[in-house]
Amino acid sequence: MPDKPLIEVRGLKKHFPVKAPFLSGEKLLVKAVDGLDFNIYPGETLGLVGESGCGKSTTGRLLLRLLEPTQGQVFFEGQDLTALKQQTLKAMRRNFQMVFQDPYACLNPRLKVKDILNEPLATHHIDPKSRKKMILTLLEQVGIPKSYMDRYPHEFSGGQRQRIGIARALSLNPKFIVADEPVAALDVSIQAQILNLMKDLQQELNLTYLFIAHDLSVVQYISDRIGVMYLGQLVELTRTEKLFDNPSHPYTRVLLSAVPVPDPDHVYEASTIVKGEIPSPINPPSGCAFHPRCPHAMAVCSREKPVIKDIGDGHKVACHLY
Amino acid sequence: MGETWYRFRKNKLAFTGFAILMVFVFLAIFAPLIAPYDPFTMHVEDRLQTPGSNYLFGTDQFGRDILSRIIHGARISFQVGIISVGISLVAGLALGIAAGYYGKWVDMVISRLIDIMFSFPDIFLALVIMAILGTSLTNVMIAIGIVYTPIFARIARGATLTVKDNAYIEAARSIGVGDFMTILRHILPNIMAPLIVQTTLSFGFAIRSEAALSFLGLGVQPDVPSWGIMLNEGKEWLELGWWIAFFPGLAATLAILSFNVLGDGLRDALDPKLRNESE
Repeated sequence: MPDKPLIEVRGLKKHFPVKAPFLSGEKLLVKAVDGLDFNIYPGETLGLVGESGCGKSTTGRLLLRLLEPTQGQVFFEGQDLTALKQQTLKAMRRNFQMVFQDPYACLNPRLKVKDILNEPLATHHIDPKSRKKMILTLLEQVGIPKSYMDRYPHEFSGGQRQRIGIARALSLNPKFIVADEPVAALDVSIQAQILNLMKDLQQELNLTYLFIAHDLSVVQYISDRIGVMYLGQLVELTRTEKLFDNPSHPYTRVLLSAVPVPDPDHVYEASTIVKGEIPSPINPPSGCAFHPRCPHAMAVCSREKPVIKDIGDGHKVACHLY
Repeated sequence: MGETWYRFRKNKLAFTGFAILMVFVFLAIFAPLIAPYDPFTMHVEDRLQTPGSNYLFGTDQFGRDILSRIIHGARISFQVGIISVGISLVAGLALGIAAGYYGKWVDMVISRLIDIMFSFPDIFLALVIMAILGTSLTNVMIAIGIVYTPIFARIARGATLTVKDNAYIEAARSIGVGDFMTILRHILPNIMAPLIVQTTLSFGFAIRSEAALSFLGLGVQPDVPSWGIMLNEGKEWLELGWWIAFFPGLAATLAILSFNVLGDGLRDALDPKLRNESE
């Protein structure tokens, strides 16, 4: 692993204000992301998993400053993105792009494919003469026949649209791509194609990914390291093999055990079946956010928030058990 | 687009409306060539002629040919329609998109402004504006344009709010596209369908409002061949010459009705939900 990280996240928080009950005078906040610290290294894929509403997508958007963080910093190649002025940020945006979840909503239905791919190039003042060649190269890279460039998005299947979305993200030669559940809306057979395409492109173009997903098998397939999120916090972060061989945080264990086993006689262990509902991010539990549902909860868990620490060889866990 | 046109063609009523309007447009453009007489010439010896072979729709109390005045009146009506609807469309789009796209206090201010304008009956608002600006054809168009702005603004705001949440807007932002280009390229083309429908319907309203204002004596100058003025003058002569008011009234009714069925037909042809149900 190279020493110098591409992305450094320091104490990142995002709180959304919500409408308080009438005349209550309270200010309610949804703590979507509540204190994240991690690095992403050049050329790697960091997977981010967790239940719906745990703040995965918000994290992705904060990293690209599509949302303004409440607190904390994001450094891209040592430069603090959160401190940049809008104008400088716009110019910087060519270095980091996003691939979206919904292939049907991420392409403007009124624009032809060539216009969709032309927009980033025009926005960043690429020489008009070389644009057409670049668009053709992009289509070839993502496996869309170049004769399709005069078609509109509705003439494509979900998988093809996602390829176009990837081509748009690649058009400015970015170093870093946030993929927000890019295969969640696709059929399983198409998922594999898109994942392989992303892997190939990563090798070819030396890309760094933040791959957000809730499907563990997908994350396992594509990620070098995986971060597990629960209620806006990172509870475990380690190399993919380690996470699956030796899940250390109780929540990670529960999450992994929830993957269905293709065996009708398989008996799920009682200790790993999680109790209760995911708590409200408006009023998260005291101490460790997972303690009301944790099979190993101790007295300290409801009082003190565990800090994320290295339990050896870069395996980071936020739990009082360690 | 081809599919929309095909569906529109199948709607006989709307297509008839479209055809009638094309005839009016043709009349308006070539009025001086088509009209049998000059609309201002008073044939003193032929006053209050009944409809017949010399004067197809008869003559008024000054001996002016009704048919020629109606044909020239189409010019006034369509001029008023195009310019006043143009004013409302542009102003409404600007206000509505700004409110929907920027939200927060911008939306707050614009939405309240729209609410205030909506709280006045439209003909009353038009009368007030005409009273302030004074009577002239230009002021009629401005007044009608202002009166119909809130409808366009509200439709544009609502449509912008729906379109704004699509991922392609966020994609544009992540590329670094500015607000203005995002609105121009991504918002505007995707909110046009409901606005096209409103535009056609508003043509009818505008023609009606001009006729109403002229009828009330606050519109164009009395000698101008506007359908509303002709109705206004004709009402004095209903007992002696019904045709003086009847034919301009018929022309106005036909034009407004055509715009309404055209608007309804366009709405059906452009609405993707209806499209799925019938297939």
